[in-house]
Amino acid sequence: MKNNILKINHISKKYHTIDGEITAIKDMNIEVNKGEFIALVGTSGCGKSTLLNIIAGLDSPTSGNITFTEKNPKIGYMFQSDCLFPWLTIYENCLIGLKIQKKNTLENQEYILNLLKKYNLYEFKDKYPKCLSGGMKQRVALIRTLALKPDILLLDEPFNALDYQSRLAVSNDVYNIIKKENQTAIIVTHDLGEAVSMAEKIYVLSKRPCTVKKVYEINLETRKDPISNRKDTKFIEYYDQIWKDLDINV
Amino acid sequence: MSNEQKLFLKRIKYNKIIIRFIQILIILCFAFTWQFLSDKNIINSFVFSSPKKILETISLLYTNYDLISHILTTLYETIIAFALGISLGFIVAIILYEFKTLAKIVDPFLTMINSLPKVALGPIIIIWVGANMNSIIVMSILINLIISVMTIYNGFLNTDSYKIKLLKSLKANKLQILTKVVIPESYSTIISSLKINISMSLIGVIMGEFLVSKKGIGYLIIYGTQIFNLNIVMSGIIILIIISFILYEIVDKLEKKLLNEK
Repeated sequence: MKNNILKINHISKKYHTIDGEITAIKDMNIEVNKGEFIALVGTSGCGKSTLLNIIAGLDSPTSGNITFTEKNPKIGYMFQSDCLFPWLTIYENCLIGLKIQKKNTLENQEYILNLLKKYNLYEFKDKYPKCLSGGMKQRVALIRTLALKPDILLLDEPFNALDYQSRLAVSNDVYNIIKKENQTAIIVTHDLGEAVSMAEKIYVLSKRPCTVKKVYEINLETRKDPISNRKDTKFIEYYDQIWKDLDINV
Repeated sequence: MSNEQKLFLKRIKYNKIIIRFIQILIILCFAFTWQFLSDKNIINSFVFSSPKKILETISLLYTNYDLISHILTTLYETIIAFALGISLGFIVAIILYEFKTLAKIVDPFLTMINSLPKVALGPIIIIWVGANMNSIIVMSILINLIISVMTIYNGFLNTDSYKIKLLKSLKANKLQILTKVVIPESYSTIISSLKINISMSLIGVIMGEFLVSKKGIGYLIIYGTQIFNLNIVMSGIIILIIISFILYEIVDKLEKKLLNEK
């Protein structure tokens, strides 16, 4: 039985500029099940971020609709920049969402402290973000997002600001945390390796106007963490296939 | 510590000493040349004064003309204008930031007011506010306000858009976005606008004192001009340079302290 938590029905998005009208998204359909890790891949500037903004409620579609099973779904949003506030300590940074939503209860504080402990950041809780490496900052950003116990997690190219080595390590970390906390996640990325190694389902998006071109269920021989998944025999098959779908002409 | 490191630190220290030494040398050379030229009557010391005469005049002003209270008056006016200018500037910047259309509407007017030589408003201010210290303060605020508004407002506009997006995704309201991100992010801009503002305030106060005053360094300079005593004028200018330097240094130290705390 599928446990559907989000359904995107035929949404389109048009932008208006002085120079004219731009169709960013055209008739897009996506279904997300609970606990699923979904990747949206597409060339840059194809409207992936717009889609996430619409899911997050920061933007509204021109037509079509989005339905959540949950009445008031909580959405966690992570960006490529960690967006940590340099004037707040790590712990205060994690608290920001709770403070804004006036949920700064002892119980929730406890929850954050536990997350920090679990993911080896507890000893840094009173330090400022500048003392942390890029990967650690991204982990803090994830904990800040998890603090609100979101129903669905949106990751907008979350590892873009990192160098290649950290990128592999951090995506591994983040993936493990997301799985351990049993989160539903949608990641937007242009990095095929990242998508294939992390996601269970990949939506390949076309160039502008953005629409779903193909959907892949990723069935690897053995599914472990992203770094090991990259060594899977099927990894390269999916990689090649999606590469062809993207139809990138340089 | 390795020898190379020691050498490196030594070189930095040496460089600092050299710079300070040359700075002092320049001042001394300037003073001595000035003194020498006036002693030899190459320049007319009645019109150009001389360092020695300036020192004598300052000590005379100190004993007979209550120099300290003149300095305190100018300082008082400057600090009041500074505090009011910064607070008003901060409030106006927030209003402009929150109401983008308003900001667009008033933009050309701000530019106009900014380029208007405020001293031209002097006579009107005196008539409207009265021939007293308030006029001086109003004058000074007119000069420092627009700069503060523009600096702080631009600081607000440069807030990282992702941080705002993050707060929006957390369902923050406008006030929360303002107090949790926009203002803290502009903290360093606001602090550095203090430095510009203090200089502007002093300029405004002196201009105000030229127009209407019974006390203050500006008053001394104008008084000196009227009785054609250039020694008083020069002394006033020297004191003014020292005051502005000290004020600037204080704000600069304050800025460094406030920025390091964060």
